[in-house]
Amino acid sequence: MTIAISSLTKSFGPTHVLRGIDLGIEAGELVALLGPSGSGKTTLLKIIAGLDWPDAGALAVDGQDWLALPAQKRRIGFVFQSYALFPHMTVRDNIAFGLTVRPRAERPGKSVIAARVDQLLGLLQIPHLADRFPTQLSGGQRQRVALGRALAIEPSVLLLDEPFGALDAAIRRDLRRWLREVHEATKSTTIFVTHDQEEAFEMADRVVVMGEGRIEQIGTADQIHDHPASPFVARFMGAVVELPVALRAGRVEAAGLDASALERRAMADGPARLFLRPDAIALEPDAASPWVLSHKASNGAVIRATLRREDGTELPVDLLRHSAPEVTLGAAYRLRPLTGAVFSAEGAAQSGGPSPLPLLKEHRK
Amino acid sequence: MSDIAQVRFRSATEETPLARRALIAVAVLGLGILVAAPLIVVFAEALAQGWAAAVASLGNRDALSAIRLTLTIAGISVPLTAGFGIAAAWFITKFDFRGKAFLITLIDLPFSVSPVVAGLCIVLMFGTNSLVGGWLVASGYPIVFALPGIVLATMFVTFPFVARELIPVMIEQGRAEEEAALTLGASGWRVFWTVTLPNIRWALLYGVLLCNARAMGEFGAVAVVSGKIRGQTATMPITIEMFYNEYLSVAAFSLAAVLTLLALVTLLLKTALEIRHADQLAALHP
Repeated sequence: MTIAISSLTKSFGPTHVLRGIDLGIEAGELVALLGPSGSGKTTLLKIIAGLDWPDAGALAVDGQDWLALPAQKRRIGFVFQSYALFPHMTVRDNIAFGLTVRPRAERPGKSVIAARVDQLLGLLQIPHLADRFPTQLSGGQRQRVALGRALAIEPSVLLLDEPFGALDAAIRRDLRRWLREVHEATKSTTIFVTHDQEEAFEMADRVVVMGEGRIEQIGTADQIHDHPASPFVARFMGAVVELPVALRAGRVEAAGLDASALERRAMADGPARLFLRPDAIALEPDAASPWVLSHKASNGAVIRATLRREDGTELPVDLLRHSAPEVTLGAAYRLRPLTGAVFSAEGAAQSGGPSPLPLLKEHRK
Repeated sequence: MSDIAQVRFRSATEETPLARRALIAVAVLGLGILVAAPLIVVFAEALAQGWAAAVASLGNRDALSAIRLTLTIAGISVPLTAGFGIAAAWFITKFDFRGKAFLITLIDLPFSVSPVVAGLCIVLMFGTNSLVGGWLVASGYPIVFALPGIVLATMFVTFPFVARELIPVMIEQGRAEEEAALTLGASGWRVFWTVTLPNIRWALLYGVLLCNARAMGEFGAVAVVSGKIRGQTATMPITIEMFYNEYLSVAAFSLAAVLTLLALVTLLLKTALEIRHADQLAALHP
């Protein structure tokens, strides 16, 4: 099923949750909606599901106008963050629910339903839990049941809201791989919402980065990582180091900065801001540089170094302990960014968005 | 050995034995004086002249008609109140709209208005002197001093019980389960029967039992509306009062004992259901 979303807007009172969303999703694709909380990603998912309605815009699936269709008629599989299993039904009855509530004419026979449930229990690797009640299951097991219940109706589109949000790290990794396999097997068009970059990039064919009701960027993990489309995406991807720089002939220049590893930019000369990730900066000894190593701490694998400028500005650099050259406290270093994003000064200033660690603020004592 | 002082460990939430005994005594004394003693007295007074006298007093035409009337009123008003209560709770918890707080206050109104005032309101609205009441009486359907008026008064007084029990439960459960059922293709009606109702059935049962107890025991509003016509519109509580005022103490207390028994039966029913479905209750509240 191909999904076409155009100019979707939605407000809750004075708050604009969606500010014009345009998005196309191909049949059989696995797409992640990635963004911080409040970016509108869950609202978008609920609109696709028919559990919420936009103020304006269009939503078409295979050319059919879905905004004219109630949730019951859309045949979607929705997996809720809280799973929303029916507590008074066994696992078997939960999974069979979507089939047993069909009108008599469309309802499969009892034996057909039972066979379908058995098949799903096998796919979900939980046949031994068939007769349990949801309260008797662990979080990961509930997640599987919720997915099974959604898959039972052979959904045209599978929608998942923070599917692994409530699980611990090890189970999350397992389920991620397993969900990817389920997707390969069922080939249903799937959209899932997450605030976890790792989860989004590991599972999805394409990632849609959302911020404050807008789509900031659509792309693969590498594209978004290497070429963030906006300061918002750069910050969200962990580029927490922001340096004021000057652009000359497409090259970035600043005192104590060796930008030779960065590509030339087709941008006008003038002031700009350089966004860097702490782990994509190399340090080279340079007595003329204003950056002095003021602090370092090791966690075994990574040395987190802090460089300090005369005016009190600090910035973090992460060095791999076993491969990076030794650094000494009190020495001056030149910054050599390996990758980075450059945005014109006014563009960077305008775009808000959460800056997770605004380290380049001045820390005067 | 002997110089090691013996240390008694006590849990942080545990009180001293003295405090514990004092609390238990207060609770037992309070329950005994306020609840148990009056109950015992009712039965003792009813049987003061023996079983035969008590049973004979219940065979009285007025007493029988009072029992029949009270059961009829409970039978009509409790299902209606339950239906309205479910509808109101559903509407309040599953939809967002302006004036929600006002509606909740309105549902609570019968708790704060004196039943006598409620009864007077019904008399004013549907009495013979009112426009609607006059027309209804002329058409042969009197409301006041008749069964419909008593049912109306009872429903007014008992309205909050079911809704008030259901609203917190339904708020706690949220909408996700209903939404899940919707996306799985269930119609609204189907969602109600297969998802919502099983989730609220215990709260609903408590609400209905409270509502039933109040419906059978209501005095003030019914006293105003019914006109206390002996053998016609006198319910059990009203008949009890009449008997008592006429110094028919055995008859009054026998009827009171029956009313009490009806309440005790509903309580026992509730307890039995709870024991029988303990596993399900536990499953709903992990």
